Amino acid sequence: MTTYIIRRTLLGLMTLILVTMMVFLLVRLLPGDPVMRYMAAFVGTSTGQNNIMTPEQHDAMMTKLGLDKPIPTQYWEWISKVIRGDLGESLVIQQPISGLIKDVLPRTAYIGVLMFIFGTLGGILVGIYCALRRGTWLDNTLTTIANIGMTIPVFWLGLMLIYVFSYKLGWFPMFGWVAPWDNFWKSCTYVILPIASVSLGGIAGMARLTRSCMLEVMGKEYVRTAWAKGLRERVIVVRHQLKNAMIPVVTALGGTLGMILGGSVFIETVFSIPGMGRLMTQAIFDYDYQIVQATTLIFGGIVIFSNLLVDIAWGWLDPRIRYS
Amino acid sequence: MVLLDVQNIKTYFHTEYGLVKAADGVSFQVNRGEIIGLVGESGCGKSVSILSVMQLITSPPGEKAGGKVIFEGKDLLQYTANGPEMRAIRGSKITMIFQEPMTSLNPVLTIARQLTETLELHLDMDKGAARERAIELLKMVGVPDASRRIDDYPHQFSGGMRQRVMIAMALSCNPMIIFADEPTTAVDVTTQAQLLELMKDLVTRLDTSLVIVTHNLGVVARYAERIYVMYAGRIIESGLSEVIFNHPRHPYTVGLLNSVPKLGEKHGERKLIPIYGIPPNLINMPPTCAFLPRCTEKIGRCAKEPWPELRSVGKDHYISCYVDIKGK
Amino acid sequence: MAGKPKVSTQSVDATGVMAAPPRTSEWRRFSRIFFGRKLYLIGFIIVVIIILTAIFAPVIAPYDPLHNDLENRLQMPSTDHWLGTDQLGRDMLSRIIYGTQISLLIGFSAVFASAIIGALMGLAAAHYGGWVFTVIMRLTDVLMALPSIILMMLIAGMLKGGGIWIVVFALGFGGIPGMCRMMCGQALSVKENDYVMAARAVGMSNWRTMLTQIFPNAFPPLIVGLTMAIGGVVLGEAGLSFLGIGVQAPTPSWGNMIMDGQRFIMTNPMLSLIPGVAIMLLVFGFNMVGDGIRDAIDPRLRGVL
Repeated sequence: MTTYIIRRTLLGLMTLILVTMMVFLLVRLLPGDPVMRYMAAFVGTSTGQNNIMTPEQHDAMMTKLGLDKPIPTQYWEWISKVIRGDLGESLVIQQPISGLIKDVLPRTAYIGVLMFIFGTLGGILVGIYCALRRGTWLDNTLTTIANIGMTIPVFWLGLMLIYVFSYKLGWFPMFGWVAPWDNFWKSCTYVILPIASVSLGGIAGMARLTRSCMLEVMGKEYVRTAWAKGLRERVIVVRHQLKNAMIPVVTALGGTLGMILGGSVFIETVFSIPGMGRLMTQAIFDYDYQIVQATTLIFGGIVIFSNLLVDIAWGWLDPRIRYS
Repeated sequence: MVLLDVQNIKTYFHTEYGLVKAADGVSFQVNRGEIIGLVGESGCGKSVSILSVMQLITSPPGEKAGGKVIFEGKDLLQYTANGPEMRAIRGSKITMIFQEPMTSLNPVLTIARQLTETLELHLDMDKGAARERAIELLKMVGVPDASRRIDDYPHQFSGGMRQRVMIAMALSCNPMIIFADEPTTAVDVTTQAQLLELMKDLVTRLDTSLVIVTHNLGVVARYAERIYVMYAGRIIESGLSEVIFNHPRHPYTVGLLNSVPKLGEKHGERKLIPIYGIPPNLINMPPTCAFLPRCTEKIGRCAKEPWPELRSVGKDHYISCYVDIKGK
Repeated sequence: MAGKPKVSTQSVDATGVMAAPPRTSEWRRFSRIFFGRKLYLIGFIIVVIIILTAIFAPVIAPYDPLHNDLENRLQMPSTDHWLGTDQLGRDMLSRIIYGTQISLLIGFSAVFASAIIGALMGLAAAHYGGWVFTVIMRLTDVLMALPSIILMMLIAGMLKGGGIWIVVFALGFGGIPGMCRMMCGQALSVKENDYVMAARAVGMSNWRTMLTQIFPNAFPPLIVGLTMAIGGVVLGEAGLSFLGIGVQAPTPSWGNMIMDGQRFIMTNPMLSLIPGVAIMLLVFGFNMVGDGIRDAIDPRLRGVL
C-alpha cells in the first residue's frame, strides 16, 4: 500500500509541474502583442492616455514586463518564485497576488467544500436508496428528477433561484458575501442559494452513478453466496455490496470536484461572491496574465491533489489494486 | 431417514419471450448421510431446482409456482424468501457451494471475514473463537499455511484453492445438507478429482448429506449413491447409481450412456452414438413428453398422451416413460 | 430443416429434429429496447424536433431574430410574440428557433472534432503501447488536471472575439482527453481478442489492423459517450456565452440570451427563463438518446426484462 501511495504522489507532482508549464505556455502562446494587450487594460487611465508608443517605449515596456527573455527563463523565474510562495504581482491591479489569493481562496474553499459534501453525500445516499428500492414509484421519480437535474445550466439555476427566493419571496439576499467566521447565520443566508445551485447537478450525477453501480453489484455471484449463507439484507448491503459499489463511485469523485469547481466559478459571477473564481474570470477579461497563471495553477493543484486522494481511496477499497 | 422431501416444485420465469417453465414438477428426497446426484444437460433445470429449495431465485423474473419442500417437519416454501426462518436455515442447516469460485467470493473481503461471518451469525461465536474455527476449517479442506493465508483476499488464491474455501464455508456450521452446484466444472481435471475426494471424505466423516448437481456423468458415477436424471424441467429417471448406470430404462438415459466412452472399453468395441436433435425450448412446451422429438423408442401412445408420471420399474427405480425397454 | 418456425410453436421436421428457437434480428432487438422505453422515445422525439427546427428555422421563425423593435421591448408572451420580446424588441421565439442552429452547430462540431482527435490519440496509444502510450496518457493527465470548464474559459477568454470557430475550438479542446481515454480503454480490451491476433498472424499491417479490426469493435460503446458529450458541450457553450466569451451578440445563442436577461430579471424573467428551458430540453433529449443506445446495445441486457 505504501509503495502505491508513493508512486501515486510522485505521479501527481510530475503532473503538477507539467500543468504549470502548460499554463505558462498557454498564456504566452496566445496571438497578439502582449504589450498592446497590457496597455489595453490602461486605456482610459492617465497612464495609457494615448496608446501610441514609440518603439523604444515598446521595448522598455517589454523589458519591464520581463517579456524579452526567452520563455524557459521566464518560466524558471516564475516557478522559483512560486515555490517560495510568491505568486507575483498583478500588473493590472498592481497588487501582490499572494495577498489577493489569501483573501479569496478561503471563500471559494468554504462554499466549494459545502457544495462537494452535499453533492456527493446526498447523491450517493439517494442512489443507494433507489437501487435498493428499484422499480418503485419513488425510485422512478427520483431517477427522473436526477436525469433532469443533469441538464440544468448552473448559472441559469442560480438566476432562477434568485428570482424566486430573493426577489419574489425575499427569503435570502440576492447577491453578496458575508463570511461564516464573521456572522455565521447571516452568512448562511448568503450561501444557501449558491450552494443549492451547484449541488443539484452534483447530486443528480452522483445519484445516477451510484444507482447503476449498486444495481450492477447486486447482480453479482458473490452477493448470491452471501444470501445463501443466511445473512440479513442490511448486512449484505453494507458489508458485501457497498464496498464494491463504491469503487467506481469513488473514482468519479475527482471528476465531480472538477465539475463543482467549474460551477462555482459561474456561481460567483451570478451571486457576486468575491471568491477565486470571480477573480480569475475578471483576470481573463482584463488579460491579467499573472493572475490567470496563479489561479489556474491553484485550481490545477486542487484537482491533482484530490485525484491523488481518490487514487489512495481506491487502493484502500479495492485490494486487487493494492497488491498489483 | 428422510431429511429433505422435495415435492413437485415448480419455478417459472417471466421473460420477454414468454413464460419459461424451468422446473416443472421436480421431486426428490435426501436421506441422512448419503450422496445423491442430480444430472442433466445444460438448461434442464437442475440448478434452478436446488436454488428453489433454498429460495434463492430472484423474483421477479422468477416465480415459485407450486410444490412443497418438507424439512424438519415444515414446508420451507411457505416461508418468505428472506424471512428469519429461511435465513436461519441457509448457511447453517442447508448450505450451498457454487460453480464459479472466481466470482462467488467477494473480492474486497478477506477470506477470514467471509468464513467468520457465518460462524458469528449462526453459531453465535465471538470473533476470536470464530477465527480459530475458521483456520481449522481451512486446514480441514487442505489449504496450506492456513493461519497466514486466512487474511488474504480471494484474488490471491488459485481457482482450486478458492473452491476449497467455498467448501470450508459450506461446512462451517455443520450443515445437514450441502447442495453443490457444478462444484468442479470450472476447474481442471486434476483439481476436480482432488476436490471431489475431499468432499466425499468430509461428508462421510461429518455425516452430512451431499447433493451434487452436474452434467458430468463420470462425477456422479463414482461418488453418488442415488441419482436423479433431469430433462426439460422434470425428473425422468431415478434410482440407485449402479442400477441407473448398468440398467438404464429411460430412452434419454440410455442415449446419454451410449454417447460417452467408458474406461476399460477397447478401441472399436462400441460406437459412440449421440442423441440427435437439441434440447427443447422451454417456452410453450407441448403437453406431451418433452423427449419425444429425439426419442428412438417412441410408441403411438407417446404422441397422444401427456408427459408420463413417474412409475416404478424395479426396486427404488422410477422412470417417466410409457415404453418398457429392456436396456443393456 | 423445414421453413422458418414462428416464435412460439415447436415444429419438428421429417427426421424428428426439433427446430431451434428463431433469432430476432439485431435491429429489431435494438428498436424494441430503444423505442420501447417511454423515456428514450421522448428523448428521441425531442432531438428530432430540435434538428428539424434548426434545419427549417428560416421557414418556421415568425420574425427576423436580429430585427430590433424598440417600441415593443421586454414584452411578456402575447399572441403577436408567443414568447415575448427581449430588451431590444426582438422576438424571443424566433431567437430561440435560430438558437437551435447555433447550439447544434457548435455541439456537433466540437464533439466531432474532439472525437476524431481523441479517438486517433486513444487508438494510437492502445495500439503502439510503450512510450507512445505513456506520453499520451501523461498528456491527457495534464489536460484533465484542470476542470474542463476552466480550460475552455481560458482558451475562449484569451482568444475572445475570434468568432464561433474559436468557441468550437475551446469546447472541443476540453473534450479531447475524455475521448482519448475512452477510446484507449475500449481499444485495449478489444485488442485482447483473438481476431486481432488472427489479423496480425495473417500479416496485416499496424494501421490496417487498427482501422479495420480494432476500431469498428471498440467504437459502438463510444457512441453513447458522444451523444452525452453533445449535451455537455451545449451546456459549456451556454456558460461561455453567458460570461461573454462565447458566442457574441447579436447572434442568438441561448447562453448569451440568458446573459442579456440577467439585467432585466426583475422586469421580465422570461428573457432568462426561456433559453434555459430550451437548453434543458436539448441536453435532456440527447442524454436520453445516449442512455437508450447504451441500453439497447448492452449485450448483458439481452433476454432480461
